[in-house]
Amino acid sequence: MATEFTPFASLIGGMLIGVSAVILMGLNGRIAGISGIASRLLDARLGGSEERPGLFFIGGLLLAAPVYAFVNGALPTQTVSNNLPLLAIAGLLVGFGSVFGNGCTSGHGVCGLARLSSRSLVATLTFMATAFVSVYLLRHVIGG
Amino acid sequence: MKNLSALIAGLVFGLGLVISGMADPAKVQNFLDVFGTWDPSLAFVMGGAIAVTLPGFRLVAQRGRPLFDERFRLPSRSDLDAPLLGGAALFGIGWGLGGFCPGPALTALPLAAPGTLIFVPAMFIGMWLAKNVPMMTRPSPGV
Repeated sequence: MATEFTPFASLIGGMLIGVSAVILMGLNGRIAGISGIASRLLDARLGGSEERPGLFFIGGLLLAAPVYAFVNGALPTQTVSNNLPLLAIAGLLVGFGSVFGNGCTSGHGVCGLARLSSRSLVATLTFMATAFVSVYLLRHVIGG
Repeated sequence: MKNLSALIAGLVFGLGLVISGMADPAKVQNFLDVFGTWDPSLAFVMGGAIAVTLPGFRLVAQRGRPLFDERFRLPSRSDLDAPLLGGAALFGIGWGLGGFCPGPALTALPLAAPGTLIFVPAMFIGMWLAKNVPMMTRPSPGV
């Protein structure tokens, strides 16, 4: 299904993501890497204060769509596949791969590239490449 | 204060994901579908974000320490190893198949699409496996 080309909204949204990463770095000294923040919640002990900001960050993420809907008067546009087994496999791969590879689109892609990290550059090129290939196979070979 | 700054950062991050279109899996998959219904919008998301973080990180680093902590917690490794490449490769496959990476999936969770409600728990199971199953955990704990 085609989606509309939205360079302006995407640029503004991207800049907000950048502002968030700079806020988290400047105030808390942390990388805004979502897979790292989310996965650390799995080993956080209940009541431990060290990871509590991580919980608040995820809380902020969860509030974003409702806040947007409230201000905008309409829910954000989204189309999620109803192929549930496919999404279960995708979720497993994303969770496992992002922890194993120490980062995802935010940690490696946005923060790592800005820190000129060679590991992040290689990771970003790698996941972009396999993502292009998997969409190609899904849509043009297997047929989505 | 660290909790408040983290909450605000999370909210701004999520709003950025929603406004940019990154929280819509169809838009992500169309960005990745160069030979089909290609939508190059997401290049602008990455570009916009890095246009802010590149100078922004430099600016905050000049202060020497973050406002609410004693030091910056930054990854220090520069070597390339198999887990980094393998993990990134698997992550990319999953990202392409579902159109979701961790931030957008969590942001889309309150919208409660059936696919998202399956994806997010599966993602946490994958993270747990990578951390807790000895055969699957990384050989060296690095950042």
